[in-house]
Amino acid sequence: MAEIPFTAALNRAMAEEMKQDERVVVLGEDVRAGFFGATSGLVDIFGPERVLNTPIWESGIAGMALGLAVTGLRPVAELMFADFFYLAADEIANQMASWHYVTGGQTPVPIVVRTAAGGGFAIGYNHSQCTEASFLNPPGLKIVAPSTAHDAYGLLKSAIRDDNPVLFIEHKLLYGVPGEVPDEEYLIPLGEAAVRREGKDVTVLAWSTMVGKALQASEELEKQGVSVEVIDARTLVPLDEATLLASVAKTGRLVTVEEGRKRGGVGAEIAATVMEKAFGSLKAPVVRVAAPNIPVPSGPAAEAMHVPSVPSIIGGVRTALA
Amino acid sequence: MPVTNLMTFNVSRMEVMDLDGNVDAGLMPDLSPEQVAELYGIMVLTRRLDERMLKLQRQGRLGTFARVLGQEAAHIGAAYAMREGDWLVPAFRETGSFIVRGIPVERVLQYWGGDEWGQHFPEGSRVLPVSVPVGTHMLHAVGIGWAMKQDRERVAVLTVFGDGATSEGDFHEAMNFAAVFQAPAVFLCQNNHWAISVPYGRQTAAASIAQKAIAYGMPGIQVDGNDVFAVYRVVRDALDRARNGEGPTLVEAHTYRMADHTTSDDARKYRPPEETAYWQERDPLERLARYMRRKGLLDEAREAETLARAEAEVDRVVAAYEAFPAPPPDDLFAHLYAEMTPALRAQRDALLAALGEGE
Ligand SMILES: Cc1ncc(C[n+]2csc(CCOP(=O)(O)OP(=O)(O)O)c2C)c(N)n1
Ligand SMILES: [Mg+2]
Repeated sequence: MAEIPFTAALNRAMAEEMKQDERVVVLGEDVRAGFFGATSGLVDIFGPERVLNTPIWESGIAGMALGLAVTGLRPVAELMFADFFYLAADEIANQMASWHYVTGGQTPVPIVVRTAAGGGFAIGYNHSQCTEASFLNPPGLKIVAPSTAHDAYGLLKSAIRDDNPVLFIEHKLLYGVPGEVPDEEYLIPLGEAAVRREGKDVTVLAWSTMVGKALQASEELEKQGVSVEVIDARTLVPLDEATLLASVAKTGRLVTVEEGRKRGGVGAEIAATVMEKAFGSLKAPVVRVAAPNIPVPSGPAAEAMHVPSVPSIIGGVRTALA
Repeated sequence: MPVTNLMTFNVSRMEVMDLDGNVDAGLMPDLSPEQVAELYGIMVLTRRLDERMLKLQRQGRLGTFARVLGQEAAHIGAAYAMREGDWLVPAFRETGSFIVRGIPVERVLQYWGGDEWGQHFPEGSRVLPVSVPVGTHMLHAVGIGWAMKQDRERVAVLTVFGDGATSEGDFHEAMNFAAVFQAPAVFLCQNNHWAISVPYGRQTAAASIAQKAIAYGMPGIQVDGNDVFAVYRVVRDALDRARNGEGPTLVEAHTYRMADHTTSDDARKYRPPEETAYWQERDPLERLARYMRRKGLLDEAREAETLARAEAEVDRVVAAYEAFPAPPPDDLFAHLYAEMTPALRAQRDALLAALGEGE
């Protein structure tokens, strides 16, 4: 078993799927060179017909992917930054999301839209957002946000094989992070969370980079006598409610942690779900740790202040315990 | 029914100065020797600043930014053709245009340094800040142009963008609107032949960007973008037409990105060195210097003096940039709404309290 970076795990997943299924194609801006490295080298193996450097047209990339899918191809489209989901929003939220429904299931829509999300590079309000919350609402989409190289590999393979459009959220800060990825092929089903740490006092639900921070916070809290259960959601739509509700039934307390903004965030949806389905087991109101409702600031210091930190997660857990 | 020729089009390209600095007297714009020296000074300053910014970035004193090396004639010549009251709506590779329009260029460094205040320009400057999202700003430019027309101001808007940006729908939408509504806009494409790792020919199948104007019903012209006189002349004429109510123009400045895409890129991975060498011979600054030497406007002493002045100004700019105080945390919240909402105030107070605890 080798330790490989997150980007290499994504690369391997795409290369294997392309090898096994010639309908899988990759498209996007600068995907041949690979802007963040995930798609680098694929063109050398699979040729320019299957690794398409598109002109700069985000709505076109998403719209064209739908056209490809209608013909039976399985496109893996890349939007260079998650912020650009908004440039492609009609094609994502109105078109590809509804296609399976509109055609009565006649036309599968096996599209993956990969993107780089989040801060850490201090490049400002239009290149640093986590936009996944905006796409919880349109029906027909799935949303995946892995936190490790291991999961990135297994989830991307499942996403490529899925017959509905999947938004695949990759955090920029994870790209270079190595992780163990077994040599033998494996899949991680969409819709399965992972319990990263067992605990009995509070449940913390996180995904992507926030999982690592939640684990750090839980170690600190352990020293202070607080036992935290950390769940990595991995897939936001469909959400693994069973794992979440079982944990809340045990702890009676829930803290959601996300890098995106609080209002209308993913945490809001999860809190409402838990309230509807596990109100009886809640010993305290659900706490949401999230970014304030402001644009992502571009200075490194200001950006760090904006993104939830280990101390702010500890603060959230303390609030849930109070 | 015969097949008739519906229309025939010509697309022209203008060059005023050859590689040795000889100019076509008939096409040469009427710039005084002082103006030529000023243009030269700004080009030298821009290049020096670009080099210094690279150093600062490598030292961790500046964030990722887009260098302008090799494109000085295009975006400086164009901005120099603007008049008082005109608007500049830039993309992100126009450092010299800001200098021409009198923007304290330390603000531009501040922007690339990751401080929102770098987007605050002096009141009334009619220059929009750096815009990194590719293409979206062209729509703002036509909005401004249309508004100016309604106000009966005899001014024009110059918007600048790259070859890659012409693939975005925004480019086509903006061009279409500007032509239909005769908005006083000049679209300046700095065709530097690359969009990150994607070459011009993979962005468009058209032989020129200029010819795209025809489909929208506006004039389009290509200009040697490394010839500052040609750029100045073509953009000046286009801005005049716009101000006179004769509508928009598309100008393609044919140039080359001599540096990497940004400081996080390595162009050697995807560009042939011969190509860069070809364009090196067309260096816009050296070409202008050759002209000036021929005309007796530049000798070693004046060259050294221009360089020294540029260096001093770069020192001043960097010092001013580094002296900007870090914005207070409160700033993150203060400017989002004209009047802060109660919920936002609560978030601000909570964050400030948490920061206070951390100290
Ligand atoms: C809407 C949008 N899509 C993609 C990007 C990423 N990106 C930044 S610059 C760039 C290339 C732009 O090329 P061009 O318009 O030719 O300008 P140049 O960089 O050559 O000056 C790309 C794809 C972006 N910033 N915004
Ligand atoms: Mg370009």
